[in-house]
Amino acid sequence: MNPGLRKFFVPVLAVVIFLILWEALVWVMGWPNYKMASPSDLVPAYAKYWNLFFIMGWQTLWRTVVGLVLAIIVGVGIGMVMGFSRTMREALYPLLVGFNAIPKATVVPIVALMFVGAHDFNTVLIAFMISFFPIAVSISIGLSTLEPEYRDILRALGASQATIFWKIALPKTLPEFFGALKVAVTLAFIGTNLMEIVSPHGRGLGALFDSAKTNSDYPLMFAVLIALAGLGILLYYIVVWLENTFAGWAERQPG
Amino acid sequence: MNNLIEIKGVRHAYTTADGPLPVLDGLEIAVPEGGFVAVVGPSGCGKSTLTRLVAGLMMPDVGEVWLHGERVKGPRSTVGMAFQNPVLLEWRTILQNVMLPLEIVPTKLSRKEQKERARYLLALVGLEGFEDKRPSELSGGMRQRASLCRSLVHKPEVLILDEPFGALDAFTREDLWQTMHKVKEAEPFTGVLITHDLRESIFLADQVVVLSGRPARTQYVLDVPNTGPRDLEHLYTPEAAEMLAVLRHQIEVAQGRAPVEEGVA
Repeated sequence: MNPGLRKFFVPVLAVVIFLILWEALVWVMGWPNYKMASPSDLVPAYAKYWNLFFIMGWQTLWRTVVGLVLAIIVGVGIGMVMGFSRTMREALYPLLVGFNAIPKATVVPIVALMFVGAHDFNTVLIAFMISFFPIAVSISIGLSTLEPEYRDILRALGASQATIFWKIALPKTLPEFFGALKVAVTLAFIGTNLMEIVSPHGRGLGALFDSAKTNSDYPLMFAVLIALAGLGILLYYIVVWLENTFAGWAERQPG
Repeated sequence: MNNLIEIKGVRHAYTTADGPLPVLDGLEIAVPEGGFVAVVGPSGCGKSTLTRLVAGLMMPDVGEVWLHGERVKGPRSTVGMAFQNPVLLEWRTILQNVMLPLEIVPTKLSRKEQKERARYLLALVGLEGFEDKRPSELSGGMRQRASLCRSLVHKPEVLILDEPFGALDAFTREDLWQTMHKVKEAEPFTGVLITHDLRESIFLADQVVVLSGRPARTQYVLDVPNTGPRDLEHLYTPEAAEMLAVLRHQIEVAQGRAPVEEGVA
């Protein structure tokens, strides 16, 4: 099989096998759908609520992406400050680690109270708060571990700090940045859904999950989970595509 | 005396947690235009500090560094540098890596001429056909050759080589010594070579400066006769053996005066 087809069919086949095993497990164990819904239960759920899946899926997606973009901007900013200044690194690290250690589920009610009614803003805020940390850390480590010779080859020619950043520090940090971004994508989804489930405003897949729970519609709950997984995969592969485009040089040919 | 590089009475100390650590103390080096000086000395004696001073990357506490009749006060584009680590940029091709200094230093060359110059240098060091490869596809010796081209592409007056062959195996290193002679003939420069290898110093340079242990001062200066291109046989002549013996003795003196731990800096 040619590599292009293989790259597509192997993962698809894996998903199909997974669905078959799932269906078989539920069937063999004889579980009712309130204990564990099976893939065949999901089809009617999607058929019945497809328009809600589109509307709410979109709400979840855009708020996650906006939160993630904010996380990139702020995370890269903080990472740069910490990467270039030792003093700032020493000052900011404990604060950042402490902030990251707070479970964001406990922050949700506080944020919801602080900005009552601004649900989109609150959701974006939580998605941002949960996902900027790995980005900031990766950028700061990438910049602070830049070997001095890399700076020296340009500095010796009279290059400015900005030139050194654009020509060397930034591209050299890109592989670490994309590694962190893959983690951040998943975290941002968790953030969005936390807000949507803990403080529901009738928006997003989290709210759909919450209302399915209220109505004891178990297959719908599972259907939401799978839809979230689908969105997560979509965003993840967008990041992979960006990585291959901008940092493809970092991947070595095996052997 | 028309010296292109002059280091006069340079003293320098680093600030550490345990107070100032003097690394250079009374350094005197003069390199005439077109000259090639090798600097040898015990590990950790401040040889790399010396390169940073000449490159204008740092200023000495006391003393002066002069390049081409001007006192060095900061980095200058008339300097080219190569290190033990070739520090090629992994995301650029070899050709793009070699052309990097031309993006910083003002140049009259058109884009096409810049490419031609880079290609010419790569061919000179035997890297023809590797222009579009990535650094990760090259061996250590080839990367060092590319790094050498990058340090020369903007036609620097002064070439500073900080143990450029230190991490290579013996055969590759000897290959590169001969490449250096070829390069110096085609692209004349005034050079300072920091090295741990005494054979390398007498094979490449026309003057060898031995530094004392830390804090380093100029301990001994050896003039190498019959400079210019030569083959490796030159290293097995009685004259070469005599020079090596003298240098080895001087290094022992340097080590004895201020013993430092073994190992590569």
